Amino acid sequence: MTDISQDKSALQDDHGPDYAPGTHPSLPPPSSSVGPIHWIRVNLFSSIPNILLTILAVWVLWATIPGLLNWALFDAAFQGDSRSDCRAVAEGACWAFISSRFGQFIYGFYPVELRWRVDLAAIGLVMALVPLLFDKVPYRRFGLYFAAAYPFIAYFLLMGGLGLEPVETSKFGGFMLTMVIGVTGIAVSLPIGIVLALGRRSDMPIVRVLCVVFIEFIRGVPLITLLFVASTMLNYFLPPGTTFDLLLRVLIMVVLFASAYLAEVVRGGLQAIPKGQTEAADALGLTYWKAMRLVILPQALKISIPGIVNTFIGLFKDTTLVIIIGLLDPLGIGKAALADAKWQGLAAEVYIFIAILFFICCFGMSRYSLYLENKLHTGHKR
Amino acid sequence: MKSVKILLAAAAASSIGVSAAWAGTLDDVKAKGFVQCGVSTGVPGFSFTDDAGNWQGFDPAVCQAVAAAIFGDPSKVKYTPTTGKTRFTALRSGEIDMLARNTTWTFSRDTDLQLTFVGVNYYDGQGFMVPKELGVTSAKELDGASVCIQTGTTTELNLADYFRINNISYEPVPIETNEEARTNYEAGRCDVYTTDASGLAATRAVFADPSAHIILPEIISKEPLGPLVRQGDDQWADVVRWTLNAMINAEEYGVDSSNVDQMAQGSDNPEVNRMLGSEGDLGSMIGLDKQWAYNVIKNVGNYGEVFEAYIGSDTPIGLERGLNAQYTDGGLIYAPPMR
Amino acid sequence: MAVAESHMDQGFTFSKLWRDKRYRGVLMQILVIAGLFAFVTFIVHNAIENLAALGKTFGFAFLNTPASYDINQAFIEYDSRSSHFRAGLVGIINTGVVAVCGIVLATILGFLFGVLRLSNNWLVSRLVYCYVEFTRNVPVLVQILLWYGIIVNSLPTPKVAAADHGIWDVIFLSNRGLYIPAPVFGDGTWLAGIALVIAIAFAIFFKIWAKKTQDATGKIYPVFTINLAVIIGLPLLAFAAMGFPLTWEIPELKGFNFKGGAVLKPEFTALWLALSLYTAAFIAEIVRAGIQAVSHGQTEASYALGLKPSWTLRLVVIPQALRVIVPPLTSQYLNLTKNSSLAIAIGYMDIVATIGGITLNQTGKEMECVIIVMAIYLAFSLMISLFMNWYNKHIALVER
Repeated sequence: MTDISQDKSALQDDHGPDYAPGTHPSLPPPSSSVGPIHWIRVNLFSSIPNILLTILAVWVLWATIPGLLNWALFDAAFQGDSRSDCRAVAEGACWAFISSRFGQFIYGFYPVELRWRVDLAAIGLVMALVPLLFDKVPYRRFGLYFAAAYPFIAYFLLMGGLGLEPVETSKFGGFMLTMVIGVTGIAVSLPIGIVLALGRRSDMPIVRVLCVVFIEFIRGVPLITLLFVASTMLNYFLPPGTTFDLLLRVLIMVVLFASAYLAEVVRGGLQAIPKGQTEAADALGLTYWKAMRLVILPQALKISIPGIVNTFIGLFKDTTLVIIIGLLDPLGIGKAALADAKWQGLAAEVYIFIAILFFICCFGMSRYSLYLENKLHTGHKR
Repeated sequence: MKSVKILLAAAAASSIGVSAAWAGTLDDVKAKGFVQCGVSTGVPGFSFTDDAGNWQGFDPAVCQAVAAAIFGDPSKVKYTPTTGKTRFTALRSGEIDMLARNTTWTFSRDTDLQLTFVGVNYYDGQGFMVPKELGVTSAKELDGASVCIQTGTTTELNLADYFRINNISYEPVPIETNEEARTNYEAGRCDVYTTDASGLAATRAVFADPSAHIILPEIISKEPLGPLVRQGDDQWADVVRWTLNAMINAEEYGVDSSNVDQMAQGSDNPEVNRMLGSEGDLGSMIGLDKQWAYNVIKNVGNYGEVFEAYIGSDTPIGLERGLNAQYTDGGLIYAPPMR
Repeated sequence: MAVAESHMDQGFTFSKLWRDKRYRGVLMQILVIAGLFAFVTFIVHNAIENLAALGKTFGFAFLNTPASYDINQAFIEYDSRSSHFRAGLVGIINTGVVAVCGIVLATILGFLFGVLRLSNNWLVSRLVYCYVEFTRNVPVLVQILLWYGIIVNSLPTPKVAAADHGIWDVIFLSNRGLYIPAPVFGDGTWLAGIALVIAIAFAIFFKIWAKKTQDATGKIYPVFTINLAVIIGLPLLAFAAMGFPLTWEIPELKGFNFKGGAVLKPEFTALWLALSLYTAAFIAEIVRAGIQAVSHGQTEASYALGLKPSWTLRLVVIPQALRVIVPPLTSQYLNLTKNSSLAIAIGYMDIVATIGGITLNQTGKEMECVIIVMAIYLAFSLMISLFMNWYNKHIALVER
């Protein structure tokens, strides 16, 4: 008994003023369940394996980050005219090399006085892409018209003609070449991919078999062998005496490659459309092509867009392979520049610079793909 | 979608030039207004791009000379960088008009691969370079070494033969370009770098301390390097051949870019007069104008000048003339007379 | 057209060719075949004419001539006098080796990273996220070159590595490769081999028997533990019975390089690491999606039934996740195999570097060489597809 009364008095001492039932103000949560300490405890040290993982992760960071930062930033040389200039200033990376060749990394051997045309084409690309990619853009309609006309504008700007000084495709290089191959590849291969996907689902056995063989063949061999075909064999298959521009040959192979992959993406989209849609279209008396154009494809393509963007990212990364047949994409420019005696031995700088360049582009695109997935997903949410 | 297809058609129409790839190259070149020239993707001194992206070097100089002979303007050249792997295909397919690149004149290339070598502008041989600290003095001591080689070249085959004959084991480290070979050698991935002796000297020149590396005395092959064209177009081959010969003869007769204007007025040497067009008309015999050789010497220089400008002893490459001196100086450089 | 008429019902009128769906289908297919035939004729004709103009012939006889070049990594006997065919075989084996090693490592790393990505440890999950995003978004060719550059440039030369004594003077890491002792089996190893075969046979039999017993009686045997013990223990016992006829060949610096032992060459290592890490990033995402696809209700239901957490994972979550994981995993395996063709960039002698590279270049047989290389990759792709399809069927939901 005495125990209880003692407890009571202790409680009353703690409480201070009395509250009527229900009027006690909310107390702050106990200090152990809020704030950084709690967060760290839950997220980093909740159990013994968790603690071990945290220690491992911290060790990994500690082992890599300071060295990397020192090399890339604090000990790096940003100015100089040769490798020895860099070494005289600092022990780390020699970014002066990148900055002195920056123009080549972006434009390749495109004549310096004509580089504004590449810039203009790039600005045009952005203007053409924004209305295509985002649906809440003012004056989207005009933007779409522009996007349709853009390929001609870009071709004219980059290649010249009609009063502009013509530029050889052999002058194309650097990041610009990556963009040319990537954008042309995806733009041209999309319609071909759609036709292939429809062909693969066709009722006509011969068409179906042909499409399957084509798609599986292209997907079964590495891009590099297709590029070998472009660089060594394609000329054999053309009428004697015909010569093709190497870039065009590469573009043809890249388009074939991308269309096979896109066909599979689009097929996935087509399969997701319930059969009822086709049947309803048939019941309305629509022809096959009308049904496809008005009912099936708009829905199927909408679902496929994230897949198409992912294929594009893959294609964009694969454009680096053209170096193996002698086209000078950023990697090729980097390697050619390394042959300059002034800058020898700076391979790491070149590769890391190119890695960052591609990372920025591809990461941006994959974020966009994610945004699309979320946007499309809400349509099905209830 | 439609626009895209039309674009492709337009692109195809504009870039398929139907050209007779096996004859009339000179007419084609004149019509298009430039020489399409294959060069290597980079060998210090022999072919490299400067910071402005222009191709320079001992090999591109031949292309510039041909352009000067045809157009009177050495800048009318377009370059196609080729690797050991793509060079012959590019030439045979008509993608390039001539190949001026470290290419060895061999029997099978001349015959089976349907190419025509027009001459030799550098007599070379395959050698070995090793770091001095290894203490190696002969290629016979290289048993067990790792050897960097450029794939797709004759050096690869020579190496296999040489080490086989001498019963030496080695680890081949195949590498695509000279630059990669150099970085790998410098990093110690291989003990030995083997390529043409000129290439070794060029490579050694760019090391931080060239004297730390030695080129072994063994030269295991004959590597006559020279420009080449497709087989089957003799006129075009003649143009390239005699452009090279004019440069060589000019050196022999003491004509260089500084005195060529004066020599062209006429000199005591009838051979010089014929060459520079003040006497007779050699140019018309190969479909060029009278001034062709004058233009070559004036704009590009004679053989000796080009050699000294890019790879000679005053350059970082620092090659001696050696075998590549005029025959009058004990070398092998010898051009048929201009008559 | 004759086929069409005989099969279709009467009342054929010409206009039906494009009005009636069935006739139109037949007509379309005939047109497609005709077009294809014309196209093939066109290119074959061109190829014949072009080859004739170049004075070249088409044929594979060159495969029997000596290759004349050396290859630094050959698992079968090969020297510069061997034929191009043999060089091709060496290349195929090298491609296969790097593809198999890559698939194994990528799978292990991918599953590990996929699980860690879902870890409730914030730091680890962020770290894995950074790794996955960075690796996925950089071209694999750049990664291969970077790894090769790192290995060749920052590891010590053999001399330095030997002077540093490596690890207990038996394992050496240098820029010529990782050298480890190689086991040399003496006489009597055959008994251990036989023991291994017996052990495997026993393991298979025991597994079937245990399954039957479990189906009949519900009694569960620790199959995995017992089988593992038998497969390791029996050969070991046999080996011990013969008095351990095993010696180790220890690498030793002789002249320029280490001699003896087994070696992982830098070209192989760079390719293997780059391909595995690149593919592992994709697999990690696939695994994460697969695990997340199994609804939490499944785990809760399994707990409610009284299954241990480890059993829940093994019997409930993983089988369901695998169904989501395996199809995209297949295409990653195919990608890895195809990406191994980038070996040519760093001089690993795979099929592209031997037949498609040096042989093509020395013989000038572009068409034949490219055809061979393509055929071989198609065969590799087909084999992986078939195997993974079989596996997919094996784990698929049995629908009734």
